[in-house]
Amino acid sequence: MRTAFMSLARAMVKGFVRDRQAVFFSVFFPLMFLVLFGGVFSGQSTSRINLVEVGNVTIFHQLPRPEQAAFRAAFDVSKSNDLTASLEQVRKGDADAALQQVGHRVVLHFSRADQVKSSVAEGTIQGFVQAANLAATGRPPTYTFATEQVEDKSLKTIQYVTPGLLGWAIATSATFGAAATLVGWRRSKLLRRLRLAPVSTRAVVGARIGVTLLIALVQMAIFIGLAVVAFGLQLTGYWWMAVPLVVCGTLSFMALGLLAGAISKTVEGASALANIFVLPMAFLSGSFFPLDNAPGWLDVVSHLLPLRYLNDGMLDVMVRGDGPGAVVTPIAILVAFAVVVIVVASRFFRWDAD
Amino acid sequence: MGEIIAVSELRKTYGDLNAVDGVTFSVATGEFFGILGPNGAGKTTTLEIVEGLRKADGGEVRLLDMSPWPRNSRLLPRIGVQLQASAFFERLTAREQIRTFGSLYGVSGAKADEWLDRVGMSDKADTRTEKLSGGQLQRLSIACALVHEPELVFLDEPTAALDPQARRNLWDLLSGLNEHGRTVVLTTHYMDEAEVLCDRVAIMDHGRILQLDTPAALIRELNAGVRISLERSAIDPGDAARLPGVERVETDESSVLLATHEPAGVLAELASRDALAGLQVKSATLEDVFLTLTGREYRA
Repeated sequence: MRTAFMSLARAMVKGFVRDRQAVFFSVFFPLMFLVLFGGVFSGQSTSRINLVEVGNVTIFHQLPRPEQAAFRAAFDVSKSNDLTASLEQVRKGDADAALQQVGHRVVLHFSRADQVKSSVAEGTIQGFVQAANLAATGRPPTYTFATEQVEDKSLKTIQYVTPGLLGWAIATSATFGAAATLVGWRRSKLLRRLRLAPVSTRAVVGARIGVTLLIALVQMAIFIGLAVVAFGLQLTGYWWMAVPLVVCGTLSFMALGLLAGAISKTVEGASALANIFVLPMAFLSGSFFPLDNAPGWLDVVSHLLPLRYLNDGMLDVMVRGDGPGAVVTPIAILVAFAVVVIVVASRFFRWDAD
Repeated sequence: MGEIIAVSELRKTYGDLNAVDGVTFSVATGEFFGILGPNGAGKTTTLEIVEGLRKADGGEVRLLDMSPWPRNSRLLPRIGVQLQASAFFERLTAREQIRTFGSLYGVSGAKADEWLDRVGMSDKADTRTEKLSGGQLQRLSIACALVHEPELVFLDEPTAALDPQARRNLWDLLSGLNEHGRTVVLTTHYMDEAEVLCDRVAIMDHGRILQLDTPAALIRELNAGVRISLERSAIDPGDAARLPGVERVETDESSVLLATHEPAGVLAELASRDALAGLQVKSATLEDVFLTLTGREYRA
């Protein structure tokens, strides 16, 4: 039975690799987007804050070295000695905030025009002031300073787009692969032919799942490899927890593909249906743009889609620095989704094309 | 010789249609058995029930003394099937196809390659199935059905959609399949094919077996006589009708057709009159049997 499994898997891998269209749409096409986002829009940080230092704000120069580095990462600091001109800059939006030190008072001038940046600046500066207070006591801090929080919210484009586009790529290949295989095998009667061979259903289904997972993990390796090497993607500690996440996501999308394949009569119909499933899902699940500022209804809708959970889970562990616990809920939801969809698909399943 | 297949009172309905309507037959070990009939006669449905692909609504099937339904994994290694469409994996070469099928039955790669050779496909071993011709696909799919040397093999219209030349080429391959005691069950809608290949033929239409016998016996039983065809100018139709033994005379623009049950006497008579120009002697074929049985033209 092992040999049957292996030879079926080998046949499927060859079938995929030789299908230029499938390889293009599941690997190269999403990679083109990665290159586009990573290459063209790189360096655009979504919320690095322009800060005008008015006069000399001494407490920040006395910060311990790691905090200073964090400060520079969070803020783009320019110097000025003219308070009036600096405030005008903030008012016009040329700068996000102006910072001034009067004796022991640190004053932050901000504009309501960009509430997000001003509140981030406010919270951050407050944190730094507290850190400076702590440093002034000369005692080692009891609690470590959460500078990373600030950095992680200001994800560079590549940090954000890599998990999202990877999610889209995996959804595409798993859904289309399952749909096309099911319809193709049914039409060519290969499905029936295999039924008349002494090979267990487990071996056939297992080989298909194994090959789809293999393809998804290869996609993941290519995406992350390229993003790290070429575009400076920085992975956070538990990024490898994205592997089980990708495995479960792939199962969900395979289930979706099987549903498309079970309903459709032709390969063309199946891939059209898979498209109808995948493309809107990719848009709504934040594969192409962040959902942080999305309206509430969109947020609700996207939480009905498996890709949203895969994308969010990958973002959490790959670039936001969350621990392994962050993938538990997404994994549970993805598996549950796969089970439900498989049950529905099996109700539509037919052995024959007619 | 024992019975390898025993089918009794098989029934299958699809809605109002009685696709198989009380079919009974048995096949002996080593026999080349044909099921002949037009499209929609119920041949494929019958075959699929016997193979174990479909559940019968009524009746019984025994295959190698086992029931093919539900899926019987002890039976499967002993039978080989070729389905109507060419059931292949996508984008694999001929060699990869037969090796993949072989491995499902635990057959080694070398043994699988041998079968490629036996069906004359060695030179196409590295060609993907998408690029093979209809005849080549049929050869490959027959090889895939036989790669594990089954005792019993089912071929569902292996020559359908082939041109006459490719069809006759395939006959050479098919006619050797029941050597060494292998049993072959073949469906076809070609009369000549059943006549050439099969030991016994079941003629099916509307889900029923109309007649079952050897091709020769079926034709003999028909007692259709012989038709002698001559050039139009060879003999006057009136004279021809008066020859002893001639039962009927038909004419068209180019020929005279004499129907008789005593061809020897008629031919001797014609020879003595030197009226043999364009002579052709045709005995009845399965086509005539079918025509007689169903009372209508054969719709292939």
